[in-house]
Amino acid sequence: MNDYLKELCLLNGVSGNEENVRSYIIDKIKNICTYSVDNLGNIIACRKGRKTADKKLMISAHMDEVGLIVTSVRNDGTLTFDAVGGIDSAVIIGKKVKIGSDGLNGVVGSKAVHKLSAKQRDEAPEISDLYIDFGAADKKDAEKYVNIGDYVYFDSEYIEFGDNRIKSKAIDDRAGCAIMLSLIEEEPEYDTWFIFNVQEEIGLRGATVSAYTVSPDIAIVIETTTAADIDGACGADRVCEVGKGPVVSFMDRSTMYDRELFKTAFSLADEINIPCQTKSMIAGGNDSGAIHISGSGVRTIAVSLPCRYLHSPSCVISAKDYNDTYSLVKALMKKVLD
Amino acid sequence: MNIKAVIKNLVNSKGISGNENCVCETALALLKEYCPDAYIKNGNVIGKFGSFSDNRPHILLDAHIDQVGMIVTYITDEGFIKIGNVGGLDRRLLPAQQVTIHCSKQIKGVICSVPPHLTKGKSSVLKIEDVAIDTGYSKNELEKIVMQGDMVTFDTVYTELINDRITASALDDRCGIASILYALELLKDTSLNCNVTVLFSAQEELGERGAKIACYEINPDIALAVDVSFGYTCGDTEHECGKLSEGAMIGISPSLSKEISDALINTAKNNDIPYQLEVMSGLTSTNADRFSVSRNGVKACTVSIPLRYMHTPVEVIDVKDVELTGKLIAQYLKEVQ
Repeated sequence: MNDYLKELCLLNGVSGNEENVRSYIIDKIKNICTYSVDNLGNIIACRKGRKTADKKLMISAHMDEVGLIVTSVRNDGTLTFDAVGGIDSAVIIGKKVKIGSDGLNGVVGSKAVHKLSAKQRDEAPEISDLYIDFGAADKKDAEKYVNIGDYVYFDSEYIEFGDNRIKSKAIDDRAGCAIMLSLIEEEPEYDTWFIFNVQEEIGLRGATVSAYTVSPDIAIVIETTTAADIDGACGADRVCEVGKGPVVSFMDRSTMYDRELFKTAFSLADEINIPCQTKSMIAGGNDSGAIHISGSGVRTIAVSLPCRYLHSPSCVISAKDYNDTYSLVKALMKKVLD
Repeated sequence: MNIKAVIKNLVNSKGISGNENCVCETALALLKEYCPDAYIKNGNVIGKFGSFSDNRPHILLDAHIDQVGMIVTYITDEGFIKIGNVGGLDRRLLPAQQVTIHCSKQIKGVICSVPPHLTKGKSSVLKIEDVAIDTGYSKNELEKIVMQGDMVTFDTVYTELINDRITASALDDRCGIASILYALELLKDTSLNCNVTVLFSAQEELGERGAKIACYEINPDIALAVDVSFGYTCGDTEHECGKLSEGAMIGISPSLSKEISDALINTAKNNDIPYQLEVMSGLTSTNADRFSVSRNGVKACTVSIPLRYMHTPVEVIDVKDVELTGKLIAQYLKEVQ
């Protein structure tokens, strides 16, 4: 495993503010392939292969991560915020954050537990009840450092722990970006378009545009998806499991996936001897939703890493799943065009 | 003395109630600079400051050394660690926290958060017995390194905010320890008219247990419990809190000695040391509750540093308040006859 994942996860790039991630990626690919950046900020790269196929293949991942945005500065110098992308308030409260492009340190505080009623202690707060404290004495003091509209990121360490596990913020979907950077380094069998999308988390906005531009016949989306194989979750509620290989869905909230590609993925995984799983619940969605109905339609498959605690400062994946996802996508790239 | 460096050193050493060994060693090394004979006994760090002689008042300076945290209760078949809370924890903020399990080695973990599709939109706050830690290991591997009773702490490290404010877990009450050390620094070349014993006490968060046995042993006339108290923040009732950056909060309560409260207030006033008052109507929920009824009674008072987000991994204080607290204590000791 290379350093791409760690370096990408530690970059800050909430939806609409993907510049840091974009620069990093461009720096890695600029000497390998041709690329352009469109009006929304998507990177559209074309990697020449050994051959040119009749059909056009597009691989994509999204650069943006979920985070927060400052909505007002209060008289006491604390900041109100809203979530960019779907974040449960339970994973925001009591966390450290970085504010704005200078990365000011802050915390999401809450009234001391001693002062909560028994009822309040058992009630998850609403995001509108939370605020960021970065040490400002009052509003005037705060406004010297922070502007409304500044982005806020989780301040979370990247760690390797347990048996081959990785924990970080933003694994969704820097893992996809990192795998794409590895794939783009090797000359593919066929010409392949590699797309790094913006704004997935706020409604698949980047993919809507880039899929139109590229107009592929076949798309492979590399993503992360909810693994709920946690304590107390049984049967179908587990959705998919960390350590059991890439996840290939038949259907989610945004897409009915191409049945033939779905079956191909499983037989191919079997052939190259890696585990592969599907989801036991129809949940979530990703850029496939925009891609598969782009133009006159695109045959689309998503290959995802099972990820626990998605959209939190502590996403957890398995390094083995990461490697297996890379292998499966690499094999698929050739297979779907042969 | 660099107060921030001392606090950083103290909060980055871990020690939940009953498991204070590691932070005790850190605090002992710091205290020995001023109290060369300091020692650890039953989890408490105790040291005599300066000279002692008969017929002088004996004053105890105390701050508690333990922090709130978690303790391993069970390992599930799937390799998740179940926990109990040690001290009052806010269960609402546990999901997705990074933690360390202090077992035969230190291993990292993440507190499980329930994904939105399982909570059906409205997330609930887990009972402590339903909280689980993901360590990335199997039960089999965990059983080789983790024992029931091992401590678990939040991983947030000391971080500076703007305006001399800092955030960390365990500022409650490591910043109290820092303020006492700062007072000793200010007094190191002064001869006092009182005997001073310093105590960094264990198990405050479980009911001031370390303070009870140490106060019996030390047998002081006067005891100051230097702890933290609620710093005003959004949603609080203003008159129930102190304010950050406005100095130590001197306690006034039926359970505290009015004489000592007044003496502290006079010291602050006469020396232009900013201070605040904290009025309580009975017990104080600090070590002072134990001190006042130790042996045949001790004149006790609280001196508190205002702190926001108490018992969370992101407690916030203003280091100026630690300095002002140290100054107040030092000046008070100079004036005791």
